[in-house]
Amino acid sequence: MTAKPEMNAADIANAVAGGQLSALAATEAALARIKQHDGILNSFTDVTAERARAKARAIDADIAAGRKVGPLAGVPFAVKNLFDVAGLATRAGSKINRDLAPAKRDATLIERMEAAGAVLVGALNMGEYAYDFTGENIHDGPSRNPHDTTRMSGGSSGGSGSAVGGALVPIALGSDTNGSIRVPSSFCGIFGLKPTYGRLSRARSFPFVASLDHLGPFARSVTDLALAYDVMQGPDAEDGACTTRGVEPVTPLLAESISGLRVAIAGGHFQKNVFPEAVEAVSRVAKALGATQVVDIPEASRARAAAYVITTTEGASLHLDRLRKRPNDFDPAVRDRLIAGAMVPATLVDRAQKFRRWYRAQLAEIFRSVDVLLAPATPCTAPKLGQVNFNLDGVELPVRANIGIHTQPISFIGLPVVAVPVPLEPLPIGVQIICAPWREGIALRVAHALEKMGVVAAPAPRGL
Amino acid sequence: MAEPLDDYIDAVSKALALPVEEAWRPAVRANLEVSLRLARLVDEFALPDETEPAPIFTA
Repeated sequence: MTAKPEMNAADIANAVAGGQLSALAATEAALARIKQHDGILNSFTDVTAERARAKARAIDADIAAGRKVGPLAGVPFAVKNLFDVAGLATRAGSKINRDLAPAKRDATLIERMEAAGAVLVGALNMGEYAYDFTGENIHDGPSRNPHDTTRMSGGSSGGSGSAVGGALVPIALGSDTNGSIRVPSSFCGIFGLKPTYGRLSRARSFPFVASLDHLGPFARSVTDLALAYDVMQGPDAEDGACTTRGVEPVTPLLAESISGLRVAIAGGHFQKNVFPEAVEAVSRVAKALGATQVVDIPEASRARAAAYVITTTEGASLHLDRLRKRPNDFDPAVRDRLIAGAMVPATLVDRAQKFRRWYRAQLAEIFRSVDVLLAPATPCTAPKLGQVNFNLDGVELPVRANIGIHTQPISFIGLPVVAVPVPLEPLPIGVQIICAPWREGIALRVAHALEKMGVVAAPAPRGL
Repeated sequence: MAEPLDDYIDAVSKALALPVEEAWRPAVRANLEVSLRLARLVDEFALPDETEPAPIFTA
């Protein structure tokens, strides 16, 4: 048996565990596909071929010896290049970090994926220091959209979106501070999970905004997303924000009925500044779920503003010394945003953090009577690379600043979200399935039901 | 004519020992205007005195 690009992680793991496919063959197939298509997609910044082959051979040896293998045996995956990969400098999309010493140890989430049998094949392109929604990178070039390579992958986990959307690997890991998992998922037409804040360890990943940073998986099916999520869960003393809750596996629950779940459409802010395709995508998902109730999310625009303030100031604090010493080695657009962030008075940042408490309480109240909220993941399908403005209802608006307007008010208070791809023509677009804290299982069950109904799916890459 | 934020940018630049070259100034100023506009939006919202900040957030 040979590994085909359309094989999901679960298919590969089953075939490897059952002896129909070797882990090495699955790995070689991914490496060949990367070689064939990544010249165009530009999703990888490092391909760890020899490491991957060694890991795959070890899995095949385990199987030959009759030893038990994990639920992701032989599944190739790749990580945004802000994850520590032993032997590589963790560049986080920057020029400056290339001077760092190579990481000595893998990030916790890589260790957990590999402990489950997955095979790391490389590190992925991203926006500089994750301060980005486009997937463009001045140092490494843009990662490209697999459905139209003249368009953005979305960012900042652009390479993660591009690599999974292009079916180079079935699973990738990325980070999401304000939307950086959900935006590339939307533009590249794949599934992405931004778990509850604190759910997955961030240990040995390069930070951006400590109060808002999350890590999570991308995949081409809900089953794969759940498999990756389950093996990565668990406390980690090396991330101070990581929860001490025990592992709560979701894979066994995916097929449970969703009848009885109270699903509503997020109103107000989430129904403004949207192109018709975003309206259509939410409408299709809502119709399939029988959702008609619209719930206003109070002060969501202000929540987005507060997220912006916290991001720019905490980001500036993180990079302050680099801004002093190596300002000309930054992408000028990132540098100028961070310098401005350093100049925001602390009193206003404190108020933004206080507002977070208030806003969280409002959402907690809403989740007393609703289980799931639906909202657009992005206001539009993937814009053209380099596009500066878009025209919305006759008003010219900057693309970069507005891509994340519907994701920011959600990550601001750490709610779990599954971004599901609605395969519209000519380009896919995502919808956010949003739940109360620690209810990833509900969001994934709803996503799984939508996938079974055929309403959401990761389309085959149209641009390759 | 000097822009209203320029004196502020100069003062904070000095206080933080954070250089701002003249060529970067228009973009820094534009970004700062956006940040302050959004920060004002948050500032305008009255919160109870007892509200605690969430520097390390717990979901």
